[in-house]
Amino acid sequence: MSPTSAKKTFVVTRFDPDVDEVPKTQSYEIPVQSDWKVLDALNYIKDEVDPTLSHRWSCRMAVCGSCGMMVDGEPKLTCKVALSDYGDVVEVEPLANFPIIRDLVVELEGFMERFKKVKPWIIRAKERAVEEGTFRQSPQELADFKQFSMCINCMLCYSACPVVGNEPHFLGPAAIALGHRYNLDTRDEGSAERNQVFLEEGGVFSCSYANECSEVCPKNVDPAAAVQQGKALSLVDWAKGLVLPRGGGE
Amino acid sequence: MEVIEHDVIVVGGGAAGIRAAIAAVEADPTISVAMVSKVYPMRSHTVSAEGGAAAVAREDDSLEMHGYDTVKGSDFLGDQHVIEYFVEEAPKELTLLEHWGCPWSRNEDGTVATRAFGGMTTKRTWFAADKVGFHMLHSLFQHSMRFERIVRYDEQFVTKLLVDDGVVRGVVALDIREGSVRAILGRAVILATGGAGKCFPFTTNGNIKTGDGMSLAYRAGVPLKDQEFVQYHPTGLPGTGILITEATRGEGGHLKNSEGERFLVDYDYGVGTKAELGPRDMISRAIIQEFRAGRGIKGPYGEFVHLDLTHLGEAKLKERLPFVLELARTYVGVDPVTQPIPIRPVVHYMMGGVDTDIDGATVLPGLYAAGEVACVSMNGANRLGSNSLTECLVFGARSGRCAVTFARGSSAGNEARMRQLAEEEAARLDTLRGKSKGGETISQVRREMQDAMEDGCGVYREQTSMDTACRNLAQLKGRFADLVLKDSSKVFNTELIAALELGNMLDVAESVAVSAAQRKESRGAHTRSDATTRDDQNWLHHTLCTFDPAGPRIEKKEVTLGHWEPEERKY
Repeated sequence: MSPTSAKKTFVVTRFDPDVDEVPKTQSYEIPVQSDWKVLDALNYIKDEVDPTLSHRWSCRMAVCGSCGMMVDGEPKLTCKVALSDYGDVVEVEPLANFPIIRDLVVELEGFMERFKKVKPWIIRAKERAVEEGTFRQSPQELADFKQFSMCINCMLCYSACPVVGNEPHFLGPAAIALGHRYNLDTRDEGSAERNQVFLEEGGVFSCSYANECSEVCPKNVDPAAAVQQGKALSLVDWAKGLVLPRGGGE
Repeated sequence: MEVIEHDVIVVGGGAAGIRAAIAAVEADPTISVAMVSKVYPMRSHTVSAEGGAAAVAREDDSLEMHGYDTVKGSDFLGDQHVIEYFVEEAPKELTLLEHWGCPWSRNEDGTVATRAFGGMTTKRTWFAADKVGFHMLHSLFQHSMRFERIVRYDEQFVTKLLVDDGVVRGVVALDIREGSVRAILGRAVILATGGAGKCFPFTTNGNIKTGDGMSLAYRAGVPLKDQEFVQYHPTGLPGTGILITEATRGEGGHLKNSEGERFLVDYDYGVGTKAELGPRDMISRAIIQEFRAGRGIKGPYGEFVHLDLTHLGEAKLKERLPFVLELARTYVGVDPVTQPIPIRPVVHYMMGGVDTDIDGATVLPGLYAAGEVACVSMNGANRLGSNSLTECLVFGARSGRCAVTFARGSSAGNEARMRQLAEEEAARLDTLRGKSKGGETISQVRREMQDAMEDGCGVYREQTSMDTACRNLAQLKGRFADLVLKDSSKVFNTELIAALELGNMLDVAESVAVSAAQRKESRGAHTRSDATTRDDQNWLHHTLCTFDPAGPRIEKKEVTLGHWEPEERKY
């Protein structure tokens, strides 16, 4: 009954900036179990074959967002994709569109800055006191933004997005979806501030609507829909004179 | 050596750490807070909590009832003044989180919805479908970004507390990305690093849960309290240990054995009419009893029983338990709409931790702890499901405020002395990095530690198995000194981190085994097959475990009782 074992070869990107000029690959042939995810294979390599391999992971249940990598050229959450979906040779690379720090570990600082830019918190003219209790929010009002609150920041959408690679200022799918999530929240009064950010250079209109982001999202957040809705709503604010014209003003 | 100064240092960026940081900057508009975490905050293990956070919300509920449930759930080892404070603050903290954007699930009238949970008399568990930890963590983290005075040090691993003149003065942090070591000085330090489930082979915990904060405090002379109480969650997936939330039972799911019987109803396991809504320690024991009675189901990863949700209907599962659907389908290939989910008890939570008072203060002046790393003694011998997320908020906030008060009255340490201590620590890390002389591998020592804990400190324990675990762990600590490391790179050296984490886990594992071996009764999660009853006469007290180079030292500490008298714990 024990899960069957077979062998697969993993062709993994290696890069140590102290030693290497450019990334190279290294192959590992290892025994794998039929119920393994791609991450299980990487952990096996790390523990039993080559402890110098560096990769990020933690929850192994598709919610912490640490273990995004390119698997056979596509951005995947490695703890979520089954090895059985791949052939005898599997290529594992760091997420595309991000600078590499080491091996399969990429630089996230750029994302963290974009993330903060969209002001992902409840903005109100007057804060509500604890004594006033919770806000009322109907199940429908919750449903209106809930999907866009499901992002685990795994960055797969940035890897898939054709604009992210070309336009360094682009906020990108996850950050826009997050800003949009707060714009749609009935408790929030900050949409004009966020729409201002959306209309600036690198905002929602940089998106070419390739829809790749929504296709690779492991949590069905549908950032492409958020971007499209964000375009429409920020234009409404612009028409109302609530925000400055695109690219405008200090 | 770079030396950085802040007023308050928070180690850890999960729910307790972020809440502490926010409370600290709100308590004093002039202070700056360093939040130092070995991962980006949104990766913290809070993210994996599923079912909910408890606080009185309904007309048919009361603080008295929440307090009593918690005390009884703790098997009367919880400190009652702490529990009273906790239940009072709980609704305020969850309300605050609502104001900060947490997408709590709602009733039709727009009020916050609550669900049933194990050991709770009525529905008082607030939820956001079944991704409560995820939503709480992201709401807290996103809210924290508005405070410029919370300065994050992401992917920095704290390896040592800086102590001078009997007062904590800061931390030494290894920058994982660069391999450099720096001293971060502050006048108060709050540990919020979470638990240590990775000491065990089967756990709901993520890879980062390695007891780092417990070890930091322990090595600085602060006792760990009630370490013998390790919570097994009844419903983890076999093999991976992935958590299937207790909310599955709260929403009406059934546990069934190989005969298809609802064994919690059909046999007497002390949970009475609560059945699947009994507390975790009792349900985990019942499952093991079913295995022993030959009514378990055999699978590739040992025995399991079934969690049956099929009668709840697809609509309810999609609305209330969508993550469970995703997890079961992805990780065991089972569709809960039509098939039962295989589950078994897996290590989930440490009731014990760094000994603190109600302020989160430890015996080391300036050192605080909150959340799972701490033992403020609200969970006693068994935590009730959905109390811990709220605990992170209530005691994170209180420790944040109290740390600020302490920091105001404390002077800065001697910087030259701190620099010297930090340089010594940096030299130690340099020696360990890529240490080529040695005969033991990290993975082998870790595996043997985990097996020792499973064998000696499982759901059921006995003297000989616990004593064996103690001996094995002492030996493994010796072998740890003989580790061989292969990676000498300074950049993102995860082998070095894994070695440091293993050292921390060995400290924690040993404290668990030694604390367990000396408690000669059964109480809450500490269940002995050779001492099957609770013994209030001799054992109604906390256990303190203090570091000593010769081996852990055990002492007793009084339990704070109150108006809830110890009684037989029956449901």
